[in-house]
This record gives sequence, structure tokens and C-alpha cells, in this order.
Amino acid sequence: MDDPIHQFEIIKYITLGRIGGHEIAVTNSALFMAIAVIGISLLLIGGTSRRSLVPGRLQSVAELSYEFIADTINNTAGKEGMKFFPFVFSLFMFILFMNLIGLIPYSFTVTTHIVITASLALMVFLTVIVYGFWKNGLRFFKLFVPSGIPWYILPLVSAIEVMSFLSRPISHSVRLFANMLAGHITLKVFAGFIGLLGAWGIAGWAGALLPLALTVALTALELLVAVLQAYVFAILTCIYLNDAIHPGH
Amino acid sequence: MDPTAAKFIGAGIACIGMGGAGIGVGTIFGLYLSAALRNPSAAQGQFANLIFGFAVTEALGIFSLLIALLLLFAL
Repeated sequence: MDDPIHQFEIIKYITLGRIGGHEIAVTNSALFMAIAVIGISLLLIGGTSRRSLVPGRLQSVAELSYEFIADTINNTAGKEGMKFFPFVFSLFMFILFMNLIGLIPYSFTVTTHIVITASLALMVFLTVIVYGFWKNGLRFFKLFVPSGIPWYILPLVSAIEVMSFLSRPISHSVRLFANMLAGHITLKVFAGFIGLLGAWGIAGWAGALLPLALTVALTALELLVAVLQAYVFAILTCIYLNDAIHPGH
Repeated sequence: MDPTAAKFIGAGIACIGMGGAGIGVGTIFGLYLSAALRNPSAAQGQFANLIFGFAVTEALGIFSLLIALLLLFAL
């Protein structure tokens, strides 16, 4: 059976140069990120260029995605959260497109590399810290002191709150990365069974129908997971930003 | 013990964690369904919470699967 990890290999296309002994190259990861950005631009610019009162298909998709994220931010972070709309919307669309493009056979899923998801999660984490201190000053520390807690367990609760705050970027990034990685490996393992069974002749072909059906079903599940994980990343970003906007519990 | 055998045993043990995630996801959807049948008009408003809870719980199962896959293929 082929190695199911092989699909995540980074391939260098053009080497641009070296910075501090580290090679800077255009890789398949960079290529698919660029494809995602081009896809988003085509969808949104194309959807809004010919604005009509009764939207066409492209305009409907653009409007739906806008309203979807706007509702999410309004429900989780309130009116003040809307100033972060461009940030959350870009994150959501970027991750959604990278996840969806990765489902096409022979393409590369950028979000299966933890360096990508960790940079996105750290960006959110630093935004929350910087904006929280900029807006609230030292009152931002109220985040770690829940109200209505007896004083004798307050140190324990505060320590737990600090720990959970600091572990946010880890869980935020690993959730997206692990979901995409595990999904794609499972898909490849089941696809590998088709080839293994098919090598047995006629009886094997009949048996290979089962993993084939499972692969189709898993692709449908992966489509759901791709959209869901992009949504979860966006909604968690909103919840974390809400802490920076309203730090009191 | 043979390191390869230990790796496979470890991958198997890591998959036990997925059982816990299964219990959690089942609890979430079961409770949502029972609450939605009691009060169908309020069900739609809690859908975002349902999906959020599902994703957060399911991620823990995925973490243990990830450990198993790393043991099998990457290490």
C-alpha cells in the first residue's frame, strides 16, 4: 500500500534565494494558498461587480457568506465586534477555500500543516492580547478573575484561567490541523484498500466495491468537516475576541 | 520489546481515547435531539451551539487518532 502520509509532502517548485541559511522557495503549499486567494477574489469581486437587487448565483454566494459571518460575530461578540469583521471574514474564507480545494484529488491541503494553522491561531491570540490591553488597559486582567468566586479558591481558579488562556493557540491550531490531517489520511487508507482488494481478481473486484462506497461516503463527510472546521475556527476567533472586548465575566 | 511491536501496541492504546469522544458526541446530539423534540420552536436557535459543542468534543477524539496515525506512519 502506498504511504498515506505521502500526500502531505512539500515540493519545491522555484527556489527564490536564501535568508540566513534558510531556503526561500515557491512550494506547492504557497501555490495552493495563492489559488485559494485567487478563488476568494474571483468569488467576491465577481459577485459584487454587477450588483443587482435580485442577486444572481455568484452574488447570492457572496452575500450569504457575508451575512453568515456578520451574524456569527453579532451573536458572539456583539456590535463592537463588527470592527473585526474583515479579520474574521478573511480567516474564514481563507481556511474554507484551502480546506475545500484540498478535497480535489491530486491537490494539496495547506491546512494539514501545523505551521499554517499555528500561525493563523497565533495571529488571533496576539490580536486578542494587543487589543485587550490597548482597549481595557490593566482591566484586561479581570479576564482571569471571575466574579462571584469565594476568595479562598480564587488563586486556584485564576491559575486555571491563565493556563486555559495560554493553551488557546495550541488547541485552536491543532483542532483544525488534526481534523484535516486525520480526515485525509483516513480517506487515503480506505482508497488503498480498493487497490489491495482489486489485485485479487474478480472476487476482489466485488469486494472492492465496499471500500469504494466508503470512500465516497468519507468524501462527503470530509466536505462537511471542511466547512465545519472553517466555521469553528471563525466562531472561536469571535469568542476569543469577545474576551478582549468585554473582559469581565 | 521490539520497537515496531511497541509502536503498534501504542497506536492501539491511543485509539481508546476515541471512545470517550464518541460518548461525548453521542451525549451532545442525544440531548439536543431530546430537547429539540420537547420544544421544536427553540431548536433552531441552539444549532450554532450544537455545532460548536460537537466540534470541540470531536476534536479530542481526533487528537487521539492523530497520535495513533503519527505512531503508525510518521515516527
